[in-house]
Amino acid sequence: MADPMRIRAQSAGGKATVRVLMSHEMETGLRKDSGGKTIPAWFIQEVSAQLNGKTVMTAQWGPAISKNPYLQFMIKGANAGDKVTVSWVDNKGDKRTDEATIS
Amino acid sequence: MMKLNQQNKVSHRAASPQRKLPLDRRWPVSLALIAISVGCASTVPAPDYDSLTAQMMRSSFKEEGIAKLGRLDQDESNAACSKALGGRLNDAQAAAIQEAALKTVKMPTGGEFLGDWRKGEALAQNGRGMTWTDKSAAPNANGGSCYNCHQISKEEISYGTIGPSLYQYGKLRGVTDPSDPKAKGILEYTWTKLWNAKAYNACSGMPRFGHSGLLDEGQLKDLMALILDPKSPVNR
Amino acid sequence: MKKRTLLSTHHLLRTALTLAFLGASACTLAQQKSAADGIAEYRAMIADGNPAELFEAKGEDLWKKKRGPKNASLEQCDLGKGAGIVKGAFVELPRWFADTGRVQDLESRLLTCMERLQGFDPGALARTPFGKDEQITLEALSAWISAESKGMRFKLPQNHPEERKQFEIGKRAFFYRGGPFDFACASCHGEAGKRIRLQDLPDLTNNPGDGVGFAAWPAYRVSSGELWSMQRRLNDCFRQQRFPYPGYASDVTIALGVYMGVNAKGAESIAPALKR
Repeated sequence: MADPMRIRAQSAGGKATVRVLMSHEMETGLRKDSGGKTIPAWFIQEVSAQLNGKTVMTAQWGPAISKNPYLQFMIKGANAGDKVTVSWVDNKGDKRTDEATIS
Repeated sequence: MMKLNQQNKVSHRAASPQRKLPLDRRWPVSLALIAISVGCASTVPAPDYDSLTAQMMRSSFKEEGIAKLGRLDQDESNAACSKALGGRLNDAQAAAIQEAALKTVKMPTGGEFLGDWRKGEALAQNGRGMTWTDKSAAPNANGGSCYNCHQISKEEISYGTIGPSLYQYGKLRGVTDPSDPKAKGILEYTWTKLWNAKAYNACSGMPRFGHSGLLDEGQLKDLMALILDPKSPVNR
Repeated sequence: MKKRTLLSTHHLLRTALTLAFLGASACTLAQQKSAADGIAEYRAMIADGNPAELFEAKGEDLWKKKRGPKNASLEQCDLGKGAGIVKGAFVELPRWFADTGRVQDLESRLLTCMERLQGFDPGALARTPFGKDEQITLEALSAWISAESKGMRFKLPQNHPEERKQFEIGKRAFFYRGGPFDFACASCHGEAGKRIRLQDLPDLTNNPGDGVGFAAWPAYRVSSGELWSMQRRLNDCFRQQRFPYPGYASDVTIALGVYMGVNAKGAESIAPALKR
């Protein structure tokens, strides 16, 4: 199982700002190692976020996203105490889900 | 030159003969006084930091790739300038180092000083070579690293400020025709500076590109052209 | 005598010239500031969400987890303020340790604790390449332990004679010129206000300020996506100096830490920081 994400979520005036740090190599598949061999592509392809179980955001990512990506987004109608869940799936089928309570 | 630390000096007086302390009080006082004098160690010399440092440098490093342990050996210039701990050398020592450095300079064979400024620019931009991850120590594997420390052309804004700006180097020195005999002095000065910068400044921060075998004659001529050729963008 | 009014030729000319001059200088100033400004803006943008936090989380885990041949955690490790005390320890390192009889920096101390508490082989740990296997453990621990002192000010002790001796030796190591380039640490870090290419260089012979130099490592390097501890930073410094390879947590690295750390007294630590 991949390393956990760091999720911070703060609400103000009915809107929550969610900040997520994901641990992932995000290998483009274009780099070569010192021996000249291409390092295989390995990157997050899908990201989704739920608010109290209801999906509020989905994203399709590609090799342009950098290593250990940082994602920030806002959810309308979210308040302190609500639960935010973030999930990702990568091109190898590896996945990770973490949650945080909005403060 | 080794600096001794300032030691606290304790002056102690023996009990005066006129007013002797009773016997049972005397020996604790003497013991205390001895303890104080030994504790303050005013006669123990400070550690030889220089030799401790030299020992530490030898034992802390190992060779890796082209970077051998011999790189820690210091010649007179490096040893003297290191010991100065950022300060100035005295005039006599500086002069001796500069004189010795001047003698190491080999002027270009054939008497031509200038090569191709385009190659010089590429060389000046190249900061590679001589690290333990570099495969070869040959000059053709090395760059000049010039932009790391110097401004050179006007177009290149990514330049360092460890050394002075070389922008308009030839122009500012009135070199309009390098083949003119009047330009010879500047050409020889610049070549010497590149070959062994310590010839003019004993503790110069600039590597000795010729003397240390970092760049070959052809490469040095290209660098000369970069800053002295009137057609180089540096002087236009 | 001609009266000087606001609309007199003389006054108009002076105003026009002043405005032209100010306009020209403003333009020049704008051009001169743009490269440095642009970099500062970029840094401000990436400042939020420092991936070093991922290493901090891992480090905290590894401190508390039972590991190694002795299957023990590091929670009894003494980083200088007593067994298990992590808060504030980072800003007092390197310092003297009675149990080993020497001055040690953070990573050297972690080697001691991983050996004594968990049964790891410190030689094997030191020989492991950066970013691999147990070096990842050391990097993560460095990130977390430094984070536990974030915002605090450096106050390395200099009470013990060995601590003072290491300062003097560290100073001499800092000015030690060698290698084919004749470089010392001081070649780049011996003067204020200098830069290599567009990278500002802190003057490490003095206190270069809050969050700079010694106060900015460990750090996450965006360009390589790696967490660099102070040992890694020193290693790459020596590589660029064209020196031979410094041993991991070797005496020279600790002595330099004492010299830089004592010079940085009072500076605020921002570790683990974010670098390009």
